[in-house]
Amino acid sequence: MHDTKVKQSAENERHTLTVLVDNEAGVLARVVGLFSGRGYNIESLTVAEVDPMARTSRITIVTSGTMHVIEQIETQLRRLVPTHGVTNWTSAKAGIEREMALIKVAGTGEKRVEALRMADAFRARPVDTTHASFVFEITGAPSKIDSFIELMRPLGLVDVSRTGVAAISRGPEAM
Amino acid sequence: MDKDDTLTKAAQAAESAQTMTGAQMVIRALKDQGVTHIFGYPGGAVLPIYDALFKVEGITHVLVRHEQGAVHAAEGYARSTGKPGVVLVTSGPGATNAVTGLTDALMDSIPLVVLTGQVPTHLIGTDAFQECDTVGITRPCTKHNWLVKNVGDLSRILHEAFEIATTGRPGPVVVDIPKDVQFQSGSYMGPQSIHHRTYRPKTDPDLSSIVKAVEMMAAAKKPVFYTGGGLINSGPEASALLRELVDLTGFPVTSTLMGLGAFPAARPEWLGMLGMHGTWEANHVMHDCDLMICLGARFDDRCTGKVSSFSPNSKKIHLDIDASQINKIVRVDLPIVADATKALREMVRFWKNQKHKVQSAALKEWWAQIDQWRGKKSLSYRNSDSIIKPQYAIDRLYELTKHRSDVFVTTEVGQHQMWAAQRFHFQEPNHWMTSGGLGTMGYGLPAAVGAQIAHPDALVIDIAGEASVQMTMQEMSTAIQYDLPIKIFILNNEYMGMVRQWQEILHGKRYSHSYSEALPDFVKMADAFGCVGLRAEKPSELDDKIREMIAVKRPVLFDCRVDPAENCYPMIPSGAAHNEMLLSPDDGGEISEAGKMLV
Repeated sequence: MHDTKVKQSAENERHTLTVLVDNEAGVLARVVGLFSGRGYNIESLTVAEVDPMARTSRITIVTSGTMHVIEQIETQLRRLVPTHGVTNWTSAKAGIEREMALIKVAGTGEKRVEALRMADAFRARPVDTTHASFVFEITGAPSKIDSFIELMRPLGLVDVSRTGVAAISRGPEAM
Repeated sequence: MDKDDTLTKAAQAAESAQTMTGAQMVIRALKDQGVTHIFGYPGGAVLPIYDALFKVEGITHVLVRHEQGAVHAAEGYARSTGKPGVVLVTSGPGATNAVTGLTDALMDSIPLVVLTGQVPTHLIGTDAFQECDTVGITRPCTKHNWLVKNVGDLSRILHEAFEIATTGRPGPVVVDIPKDVQFQSGSYMGPQSIHHRTYRPKTDPDLSSIVKAVEMMAAAKKPVFYTGGGLINSGPEASALLRELVDLTGFPVTSTLMGLGAFPAARPEWLGMLGMHGTWEANHVMHDCDLMICLGARFDDRCTGKVSSFSPNSKKIHLDIDASQINKIVRVDLPIVADATKALREMVRFWKNQKHKVQSAALKEWWAQIDQWRGKKSLSYRNSDSIIKPQYAIDRLYELTKHRSDVFVTTEVGQHQMWAAQRFHFQEPNHWMTSGGLGTMGYGLPAAVGAQIAHPDALVIDIAGEASVQMTMQEMSTAIQYDLPIKIFILNNEYMGMVRQWQEILHGKRYSHSYSEALPDFVKMADAFGCVGLRAEKPSELDDKIREMIAVKRPVLFDCRVDPAENCYPMIPSGAAHNEMLLSPDDGGEISEAGKMLV
């Protein structure tokens, strides 16, 4: 027998979605309001205009929910009037996801040397250096940035700024 | 489109462009969109538009008494005509008062274009007098909205507003127009030059799913059509096609509150409304069917009851113009995302072309089972000689008006609404207007104003409750001003009846604040407004008073004093399934703890 009910108890999954929208006033509020109004999660969100001629903006959202909720999020996003298209990089299409972070570590002596060594291993680049601190720039999958932050914590981590995920498809096609 | 085409179009557009003020553009756009009536209330930030309206012929402005009334009146107008309702209100409180109506229209998919004045652009964000963030406030309660900052965008946005409100899944839109934009001059573009950048509602069905649907219908042994407001919104042809499909198949039909009238209540295939206060037969058919064909309904909680026990053994086909409704509440086997008229047309065509036949032996058994359920007579009640039962009042109102084809019924929200839905039988779409999704008390009176504006000679009745009607009572004054002979038929039980019923069943008969104390004398009140007041207190006088109400060609407030203790049955208690209905108070009505948590 087929399953007639929408699964309520299925496990939460993390999905990365990209929404291409007309860059008109209030469009981000529409997207964010949809999430808060319907009780969906936002783990990260990035937005910027990507085509000034066409005036389109690309919003990339990392969200979590049951598969049923994720499907609802996609159809609700498609329903917004300024939406050009929605892509799910987790379940529908192969994509590359990257995040950038700026990470400030303060300290002297052995810890400072260790931080620099770790940064090198993670290909994090110092973009500001003083006698008592570094700011590292790191790019990669969110999990890589998570690991780097954890490693920096005992070495004098004082501040973190993350961009949220940007995503794009593999291969020659656009989203 | 090739380049030459683009050039010709641009040339045409330029030719048709005319210079005028923003306020004049609003009036011109309304005319070009075929608008003949608008409902509104003036104020500082819309004065230029009201000034432009002052000299205009061909558009009738209906002055309401409160902006909520304007929006509900526009809803009544829209639902009784199939045309968009248009509203014009001022900034700040004008806009915030419209919010309930906007939310109501969004929930029930009613096409409205609501124009709001806004403070001049240079004052936006300064907490100016009568400023509010109208687009911010109305974003979640509209299908789309705009703040027009440049007069050059105004005509395009106005035409887009009509397109978005009326196509796809209809809904309300707001265009917020700052006062300086209303004064500025710019070039007006006609509706033909508009092509929206992103908005492309899908209305054509995928034919392979139509083929599959008719195959499933031909194989069904216990089918049911479960129809909703989408059929009404799609236009009268959808209702005609549903009738044809039932002619071809002989399948039973039930409907949501919103869909009443799409299928004639007089036909033998009609099961009555389903859901919380639906009939025994409709809900049992839904529970036991093997094929549910959902046409333009959305598995609302008032219809499904307990979702985990909802129609456990059926395959489900779901036709909806809005893809986000598919699999939202109930997982379906065959989704069809399309306009109902287009999809039904194809279903009828494929059924005929492929010479499908129904499972007649199985259907005969199914109907025998249905007849057994019908034998329960779930809408029966114990009548009285001494006190008017609300069910009796609606039965008499129906019997005394059913010979007319021009009866439009609106309602408020509560017990009277459910009794009206159960007992006032509709044969045609667009004659029944009630607040389904939002459940807005105060909807019916202004909606009756709007319906009567659209149909000046029709019999427009608001079946009301004494509590609801007081929420928008001031619109009686509008009815007087425009000679609208609306009939406000109040089932006065001196209680917020549905609240009282739930308190009786769920909260140990603790009637906390549900008694309508300090009620006005509705007959005197009618007099004060300048309309006719009637009162019926005994069953024996009811028919004559109803006849008098119909005969009077003026607005009437009818105070029908009914049994204050009567409850609305049948009822699926919260948290229960379709086959766990209560028929009367004697059925007990134990409500689970989980059920108590539900609304």
